[in-house]
Amino acid sequence: MTLSFRALMGACAMGALCTAAAAQSTTITVATVNNGDMIRMQGLMDAFNEAHPDITVEWVTLEENVLRQRVTQDVATKGGQFDVMTIGTYEVPIWGERGWLVSLDDLPESYDVDDILPAIRGGLTVDGSLYAAPFYGESSMVMYRRDLMEAAGMEMPDAPTWEFIKEAAAAMTDKGNEVYGICLRGKAGWGENMAFLSAMANSYGARWFDMDWKPQFDSEEWKATLTDYLELMNEYGPPGASSNGFNENLALFQSGKCGMWIDATVAASFVTNPDESTVADQVGFALAPDNGLGKRGNWLWAWNLGIPAGTQNEEAAKTFVEWATSKEYTALVAEKEGWANVPPGTRQSLYDNQEYLDAAPFAQMTLESINAADPQNPTVDDVPYVGVQFVAIPEFQGIGTAVGQQFSAALAGQVSAEQALSMAQQLTEREMTRAGYIK
Amino acid sequence: MARAVTNRRKLIVTVAAWAVGIAIFFPILWTVILSFKSEGDAIKTPLEVLSSAWTFESYATVQERSNYVRHFWNSVVISLGSTLLGLIIAIPAAWAMAFVPGKQTKNVLMWMLSTKMLPPVGVLVPIYLIFRDVGLLDTKTGLVIVLTLINLPIIVWMLYTYFKEIPGEILEAARMDGASLRNELIHVLTPMAVPGIASTVLLNIILAWNEAFWTLNLTAAKAAPLTAFIASYSSPEGLFYAKLSAASTMAIAPILIMGWFSQKQLVRGLTFGAVK
Repeated sequence: MTLSFRALMGACAMGALCTAAAAQSTTITVATVNNGDMIRMQGLMDAFNEAHPDITVEWVTLEENVLRQRVTQDVATKGGQFDVMTIGTYEVPIWGERGWLVSLDDLPESYDVDDILPAIRGGLTVDGSLYAAPFYGESSMVMYRRDLMEAAGMEMPDAPTWEFIKEAAAAMTDKGNEVYGICLRGKAGWGENMAFLSAMANSYGARWFDMDWKPQFDSEEWKATLTDYLELMNEYGPPGASSNGFNENLALFQSGKCGMWIDATVAASFVTNPDESTVADQVGFALAPDNGLGKRGNWLWAWNLGIPAGTQNEEAAKTFVEWATSKEYTALVAEKEGWANVPPGTRQSLYDNQEYLDAAPFAQMTLESINAADPQNPTVDDVPYVGVQFVAIPEFQGIGTAVGQQFSAALAGQVSAEQALSMAQQLTEREMTRAGYIK
Repeated sequence: MARAVTNRRKLIVTVAAWAVGIAIFFPILWTVILSFKSEGDAIKTPLEVLSSAWTFESYATVQERSNYVRHFWNSVVISLGSTLLGLIIAIPAAWAMAFVPGKQTKNVLMWMLSTKMLPPVGVLVPIYLIFRDVGLLDTKTGLVIVLTLINLPIIVWMLYTYFKEIPGEILEAARMDGASLRNELIHVLTPMAVPGIASTVLLNIILAWNEAFWTLNLTAAKAAPLTAFIASYSSPEGLFYAKLSAASTMAIAPILIMGWFSQKQLVRGLTFGAVK
């Protein structure tokens, strides 16, 4: 009897303890994109769990487009499915303005918010408040084959012009051997061909809208941009380029079929990886080209962690965001996986670290590219919007993709450059009038 | 009237049938092949892919990164649950339509089918909001309900077709012998319609298992089935074909094996009543 009673008491005590522990533990759900840096973090969660045993992190990893749709739907309807969301520099200004995100102004001193690169921080700030913490940042740059460049008797400058790119593309092209001078994005989409073309247009002095939100596709600058792009791709690009996005070009470059490729700085680590790339030891880097107008054709993008307003677990979510974007996390990745695998492009301190600079030969170029982009003043003339390769307004996803389809059709030879620009002008004007920007 | 089948004709039909079969199966075969290749090899030309080394690397990565068992269990619960719930509603409905048709039965059937013609995204936001308010987001119960509703028209239609083949006189005889409506349904109708019900069940499990729109949109971490497991392996930046193929192979394997073992039943049910 006594024994049973004791056992019963013991069981009750254990039960009470477990219940207490369960009550204290907070579970947060983090929605994230499937990229190498984010996956790496999931493998390093032991360190977070050790430091914060009271917080359990559940991951939802999704492909970029699915993720974007899921988190937008959830934040707009206040669905409350996620406590931390991985969002791009496109979403942060729009969501921040609408009050959909929790402000991160109260991060502790030790977080050193001033260490975040100004270009990145500027894109995540609305009315002086920071609405998301950058996890990794990227720009775009020229990646080229040093052996082919040498064989062509040319030398790539650190900061090439579009004129030079055209000459080099002509010299490197050898269609008989399936070597194409230049590979660029052609697949329609606001985050695909329009990311590249909007950034290229900036360096030509073109802009999406004037200060009265009037579309500018009828300008000479846009005409020059599209004409040069089409000439480059038609003369020196791979066949079927109108369906090539990042991954298709990556595969072409890695298999030695591209002389030059202008795309995201994150590609540098892929094309120099000998396990994946047949040309790993022959890759050189240069800044994105310009036209002597003071703006380069590179973009700026960052994946950031934001907390949706109305989450039930704001404190725990903040603790996680602070940890994941801190200098300590960077040091942790360096210790476990080496400096070359540290998420790049968000903090100045990383680029002051000699060990990192030694491990990542493309680090300096990445930093210069990021610093060269200014989301507040993306092009030569003034614009009413924020964003380098996008316009941070909710209507842009639809408009950007529709314009991208016109330009992709021009690349496929279905319409001329003039027709594509005129259609782009018409549809953008119609949508902007409908949305109330043009009175 | 019997028709003479020449050897030549037989050969042509056989070759054509194999060609169609291989064309349909090829994407699955290619997925399985790619899942045993490294990421670097998976993007090469088809001939290079076949001659490159085989590896379990992708399976190891997928195993390490995701909780397959949890996603698998969610898929099992959701597909079996929605099928069972669907049958409970559809058997009486199809019985009524087949044996006691009214003036509007045909219209009701057409109306049920017409709900399948609406693109699901059209009702996504209303359903999302309802689920949010009643707390069904990211729950298996919520998914069972949604999948039941979207597959119900197909279940009712299939069962209706099978029931139409059963002579009404048998049911009348049962009634004459004093069987209640419940007994008539459970002990007379259902056993006779077993092949039809079995193929309906199998088809519905396959549809629910593969459903990717609602299962992706209404779940987060807890109720996510294998479709979400696959979706986490596609990437816009970086190579992912091999890992995605490994995840896909793991996701379709259970349903493929089930389909293999039950193909006789499935074909018999699907062609039931086709020849009169």
